[in-house]
Amino acid sequence: MKRLLPFSATAVLLAVWFLAARRQTSGLFPNPLQVLSGLGELLRHGLLAKYVIASLFRVTWGYLLAVVTAIPLGLLLGWYRRGGQALNPLLQLLRPISPLAWIPISILWFGVGDVAAIFLIFLASFLPLVVAAMNAVGNVPTTLLRAGRNFGLSNPRLLRNVILPAALPQLIVALRISLGVAWLVVVAAEMIAVNSGLGFLIVDARNAGNRYDLVVAGMVMIGLIGLVLDAGIRQLEKMKALRWGYGS
Amino acid sequence: MGVRVVTPAKVSIRDLSMRFPTDRSTIEVLSSVSLEVKDGELVCILGPSGCGKSTLLNVVGGFLKATTGEVLIDGQAVTGPDPRRIFVFQERGVFPWLTVEGNVGFGLFRLGAAERAERIAHYVKLVGLSGFESAYPQELSGGMKQRLEVARALAVNPDVLFLDEPFGALDSITRLVMRSELLRIRRAEKKTILFVTHDIDESVQLADRVVVMSTRPATIRRIVEIDIPHPRDLSSPRYIALRDILFEEIGLAHKI
Repeated sequence: MKRLLPFSATAVLLAVWFLAARRQTSGLFPNPLQVLSGLGELLRHGLLAKYVIASLFRVTWGYLLAVVTAIPLGLLLGWYRRGGQALNPLLQLLRPISPLAWIPISILWFGVGDVAAIFLIFLASFLPLVVAAMNAVGNVPTTLLRAGRNFGLSNPRLLRNVILPAALPQLIVALRISLGVAWLVVVAAEMIAVNSGLGFLIVDARNAGNRYDLVVAGMVMIGLIGLVLDAGIRQLEKMKALRWGYGS
Repeated sequence: MGVRVVTPAKVSIRDLSMRFPTDRSTIEVLSSVSLEVKDGELVCILGPSGCGKSTLLNVVGGFLKATTGEVLIDGQAVTGPDPRRIFVFQERGVFPWLTVEGNVGFGLFRLGAAERAERIAHYVKLVGLSGFESAYPQELSGGMKQRLEVARALAVNPDVLFLDEPFGALDSITRLVMRSELLRIRRAEKKTILFVTHDIDESVQLADRVVVMSTRPATIRRIVEIDIPHPRDLSSPRYIALRDILFEEIGLAHKI
């Protein structure tokens, strides 16, 4: 019964959508079946796979670049308090600036293309990850740090064997949130900076003759892939060496 | 104290004072504490909660720096934590992301794999955690976690152990079991032990000597020698007499 509930709720909403679409006068807004056939059309032309791969490619690069730079930087800034204090005002100033505000500058620096989009995704994931890693280090219990020190660990070893694993549960949460943000941003970046990908599909389908069935098909794909990405990273939280960090 | 210290002191605390500055004034936590602990001795530091006895242990362990005075171990001044003397915390001292084996082997990173495995097996067995080698701390009871922390400490073969109310968070039955376990382990591994507690019975059951601390700022009120041979009979007249002395020294009437 509990498992059926989400399915039946979705079915009801689809039915409402279907009926609402039939009542409109303009005929521009697609009903669920039209969206489905739009997806089929994209699939037949090989565009669906092409656009999904293009979007995932940009997210992968931007996100991974952010992860491998932001987490070490954040851990170091959290560890060397003085560095953290020095950079904190700048980080706090940059944080409220939407990654989308960087679109003109990224086009100025990297031109219209993949690099500009990757840069935007990098920016969107980088700052939250730095701040989260910094805070995660600050939250490592004194007892564990003292225990690590007591066994004669050097600073690099302490960072690797105590601080990183102690901060990991919090880092995973930050990784999950920032992957979500990265996926939000790739779509926006593709609307402006490139000519492939799901974001491009949405803008292009509208511009090239009000194909709203394809617009909504693109939206559905974005939602589905976001769901899969989130479910994937959630698997990490189930690891035994991490579960202690998420309560019982 | 009737007996004079003949052997050189293992741990020598000399005129230790500690003050913390706050916004308005300074709080004095320790006030000229001096104490000598012999090699292989088990000394309980007994005092009410918040008296500064934990601070004292943290200074001796090298985690905090005293305002004045010094601590010598084997004649050398303590400047920081050292793997030759391991601290056991009240709770949450084990690494939650490591298994029992991983925790016990944590300090053994300088050893080869074979010796490491051998030591891990030995100490897991010594503290009675056989069969739980691959369990994570969250799967263990409070008592088992403390055993694990003791095993992790013993595995690096330190000559001094600092125990900071190690059984304070356990229920009273487990606590009693853990005390006899500690005494059993102590017979197997001769260590010098400084044991901080606020539990009068615990101190009489465990210690060779009990150091009674005053309320803040902590000073040593009195040192009581516990001259009962092990295993100690908890209903013997001598046990009760010593316990009464401590009760009085702490300033408690032993009637409720």
